[in-house]
Amino acid sequence: MLTNQNFIKVFFLETHVERISNLQDFKKAELDRETGLFLYEDMTLGRRFEDKCAEMYYRGKMFGFVHLYNGQEAISTGVIGAMKKKHDWFCSTYRDHVHALSAGVPSFEVMSELFGKATGCSKGRGGSMHLFSREHHLLGGYAFIGEGIPVALGAAFSSRYKKEVACDKSSDSVTAAFFGDGTCNNGQFFECLNMAQLWKLPIIFVVENNKWAIGMAHDRATSNPEIWRKASAFGMHGEEVDGMDVLAVRGAAQRAIERARAGEGPTLLECLTYRFRGHSLADPDELRSEKEKEFWGKRDPIKKLAQEIIEGKFATEEELKSIDKKIDTEISESVKNALEAPEPPSEELTRYIWAED
Amino acid sequence: MAGTLLFNALKEAIDEEMANDVNVCVMGEDVGQYGGSYKVTKDLYEKYGELRVLDTPIAENSFTGMAVGAAMTGLRPIVEGMNMGFLLLAFNQISNNMGMLRYTSGGNYKIPAVVRGPGGVGRQLGAEHSQRLEAYFHAVPGIKIVACSTPTNAKGLMKAAIRDDNPVLFFEHVLLYNLSEELPDGDYICALDQADVVKEGKDITLLTYSRMRHHCLKAVEELDKKGVDVELIDLISLKPFDMETISKSIRKTNKVIIVEECMKTGGIGAELIALITEECFDDLDARPIRLSSQDIPTPYNGNLENLTIIQPHQIVEKVEDLISGSI
Repeated sequence: MLTNQNFIKVFFLETHVERISNLQDFKKAELDRETGLFLYEDMTLGRRFEDKCAEMYYRGKMFGFVHLYNGQEAISTGVIGAMKKKHDWFCSTYRDHVHALSAGVPSFEVMSELFGKATGCSKGRGGSMHLFSREHHLLGGYAFIGEGIPVALGAAFSSRYKKEVACDKSSDSVTAAFFGDGTCNNGQFFECLNMAQLWKLPIIFVVENNKWAIGMAHDRATSNPEIWRKASAFGMHGEEVDGMDVLAVRGAAQRAIERARAGEGPTLLECLTYRFRGHSLADPDELRSEKEKEFWGKRDPIKKLAQEIIEGKFATEEELKSIDKKIDTEISESVKNALEAPEPPSEELTRYIWAED
Repeated sequence: MAGTLLFNALKEAIDEEMANDVNVCVMGEDVGQYGGSYKVTKDLYEKYGELRVLDTPIAENSFTGMAVGAAMTGLRPIVEGMNMGFLLLAFNQISNNMGMLRYTSGGNYKIPAVVRGPGGVGRQLGAEHSQRLEAYFHAVPGIKIVACSTPTNAKGLMKAAIRDDNPVLFFEHVLLYNLSEELPDGDYICALDQADVVKEGKDITLLTYSRMRHHCLKAVEELDKKGVDVELIDLISLKPFDMETISKSIRKTNKVIIVEECMKTGGIGAELIALITEECFDDLDARPIRLSSQDIPTPYNGNLENLTIIQPHQIVEKVEDLISGSI
């Protein structure tokens, strides 16, 4: 007899490991020296910035809930790195530091924000989960699950509106909305997939499926663990991709961007990934098995790219090490300067409530 | 010259602002082809096209959030709540995104959006369609809240709300859409933050808003016959309150009664009394009084519904009691 459980097993690959081990071939982005070094540098910046955040948090320089991105760098770099800075739009979640960095927000401004300083990208009023930068088209970090997706949809709507209503031919921006597997059980996800496809909006829904919504395993929370397949319910194009492989993510992103810019509508891109740390720095991380962590730890996206660069002779190990060093220097300077930066003035407590302030 | 109905006054405002600024757009349920559930956007779909007058699926939280994203990226959206009560589903977007986002972002973004629609207690519409959300949203920082009450102020306030760079919650009343009035000529606006002194008087101040303005007018007429000279003020702005106009009136009359349609607990009157007590205590000769709706879900039955909200005769009685010193 075909029970419900058997039914799921027959038609859907159930576990995260099983899925990533059975991914079909898809066209990856091409690797050359310039691309490889750019991707490597961006991912390294993300990783080392987050490591520094953990250090600063434990040293009592940073407060609140801090959610680190370690392990997922291939997604931020793969997607944002394929988009046009200060032209396309980016929308993030509470795990937003690295998206901000990839979008071009200087590490000094992000670190300042985490220290609550006046020089922070949100003037010390946002904190870790609420990074914003109009200059870099970062629509923001949204801390409630799913609430960023409609905002991203609005940016995509503006793009089409300006082109067709205001007749601005240069208006071809694409919006990337980042969110996790847990969000894909939330109504706003489905509502926005529907509207995006209905109106053919230039948006990419980037699911960073890291398998765990804090302590809720993805397979325990959803009836069909293959999120990318949910696109088909809306007649939308969906893809699953190895989220630990920056070239794979970049390739998928390039296809989605091209379709969006051509007015062919949205894409649901499910990136299979894993976070190397707990949900936040306050998470005891007791539910994830060592075996699982070990499996994913071997798929470190930065090491994978480094290996491909070296084996393809696009650059030497020494060159990559010099990038590491450069990034470490940059982050150290950002930390030093952010620590020395001024606090927001007390007399400006109520500033920015109103548009006129 | 024939008068203009309130819903048409709102439409004129939206139409004129859409004609003036290509970034002004409307979105919501049935705002386009259907013309809006109370016909506030009738014919605008044909005039401006489907992107500017966007018929959305029934997804209040997502299309309200979409308006926020559109406003952050340069548009000036007007969101219609088919019934304002439905926007409870968009509470997060109105609170976290519209109200708080500019501050949280350290001034990176502004949100020039208007959220409008019919609210208040209608005629036997049942509890869910008879809500007064102004009180629920009152604590949200960063949003302006206004309530229109006549065709003239409906048009002038709507134009001001659309032009404002801040998010504005704009309350219309389901029973006022067919009020008719001759509108002023030309392009006029009404200030979003100014109360309207409907009638000057010296004996007592009545503070009210939305449909209760008209209940108060009936009471004022009755009281006038009895020789009581009431000063009637329509608050217009529910956030922030125009305390200058309110204080000035209380300094003159030394007595105040608030007449509201929202529920008593945690209502507009509750906040107003707190402010009046803080700012006008020494000017008061009697305790400030609230006449509010009962703290119950609005019942369907017509008699029970009438008992739920304040009626003109209750205003007359309470004013007389206060003037005579019996309370």
